[in-house]
Amino acid sequence: MKPAPKPAEFYQRDRLWQPPAHAPNYKTSVPRSPRQALLSLQGSMSEITGPVFGHDDIAPLDNDLLKNYAKTGDPVGERIIVHGRVLDENGRPVPKTLVEIWQANAGGRYRHKKDSYLAPIDPNFGGCGRTLTDENGFYYFRTVKPGAYPWRNWVNNWRPAHIHVSVFGTAFAQRLITQMYFEGDPLIARCPIVQTIPDPKAIEQLIAPLDMNAAIPLDSLAYKFDIVLRGRRSTLFENRLEGN
Amino acid sequence: MPQPLNYLKETPSQTAGPYVHIGLAPGAAGFQIFERELGWDIAGPDAPGERIRVEGVVLDGTGAPVKDVMLEVWQADANGIYPHPEDPRAAEVAKGFRGWGRVITDFETGVWGFDTIKPGAVTGRNGRIMSPHLNLWIVARGINIGLNTRMYFEDEDNAADPVMNLIEQAHRRETLLARKVAPGQYRFDICLQGDGETVFMDI
Repeated sequence: MKPAPKPAEFYQRDRLWQPPAHAPNYKTSVPRSPRQALLSLQGSMSEITGPVFGHDDIAPLDNDLLKNYAKTGDPVGERIIVHGRVLDENGRPVPKTLVEIWQANAGGRYRHKKDSYLAPIDPNFGGCGRTLTDENGFYYFRTVKPGAYPWRNWVNNWRPAHIHVSVFGTAFAQRLITQMYFEGDPLIARCPIVQTIPDPKAIEQLIAPLDMNAAIPLDSLAYKFDIVLRGRRSTLFENRLEGN
Repeated sequence: MPQPLNYLKETPSQTAGPYVHIGLAPGAAGFQIFERELGWDIAGPDAPGERIRVEGVVLDGTGAPVKDVMLEVWQADANGIYPHPEDPRAAEVAKGFRGWGRVITDFETGVWGFDTIKPGAVTGRNGRIMSPHLNLWIVARGINIGLNTRMYFEDEDNAADPVMNLIEQAHRRETLLARKVAPGQYRFDICLQGDGETVFMDI
């Protein structure tokens, strides 16, 4: 058995790279953004630890959205594989971490009692999945490509096709929820939620390229989406956390 | 030109949106899909400690409850131990204690709540003892990056807590105190913006 790692901190989150709380073109952020500055906290045991998940928590089909809610057959839509790696800012894989996704169906309709969009529910599509990364940080899902959908922000706003992604990492300080977009979608540049991110380079990091190498001939296309979590400080600093 | 640093950049956050429940609490979205939904059992049935219930609402800048929020809780057991390999005492953590929970608000009222045990004090940086607290992470439609805060207990001595004492304006420390409303029951309202705004943290 490997010895338990020594306590370590994480690189500071780059708040100029991340979207600000207050981004007025995304209207709901106006009343839901703090006005006071955040209190900066150096990592303690409360921040550098986080929940641990195992294979007991999930079922084998949980990462297969083509099958995990199938009632009478497969869902309608473009069959795709979404795959990638979870890494930290040092480029190290994050193994055995929980990745959860949710999305609309091929017509842009969510299976949610609060979604009243007129596009129909697909009886064979639930729209959520989850998996653990393997020992090298790899994960994959099988699903259908979600459709764009309209939302009440400006009068005629449409979300680009997207998949919501939730990742844990090894520490509560790494907890992240984001959205994955699809290469070439002209709605990306028009979306006020995408545009909450100030740096165009950062937006590119959310756009999954078509990955023909991972496509399965006569079966599914594939998109590759790597996720980067905050980097853990190297051993150089590790003995500073508890003492001095 | 200096050498490039070659660090990767953290993936940018995006809002969890109004339908976060589909992925993270599908039962609440209106359908059953997973054998086990995660996050409903923080402490497990066997962990020792005082059983408590925490309830509250999240309020927006107009004073209205936010009805589509999701909160996650991360806490130590009654002895102040986190069930995580980087806690030096992790081997002694209470049996079945998970430390992590996930709750959503009632769609009609905006009230959320969870059952757990009261955490013990945890050793913080430089050996300083942190008063018992829950770590909270809040996401919702309109929140572009998850908000971190802590919940402390009004019936504990928090005067020496090193994080409380980092808050420059003493009156703002009270925004992190849960009120005891009955034996074993606490109320913790979170105010996103404006008067009484909760202290949020960059951790």
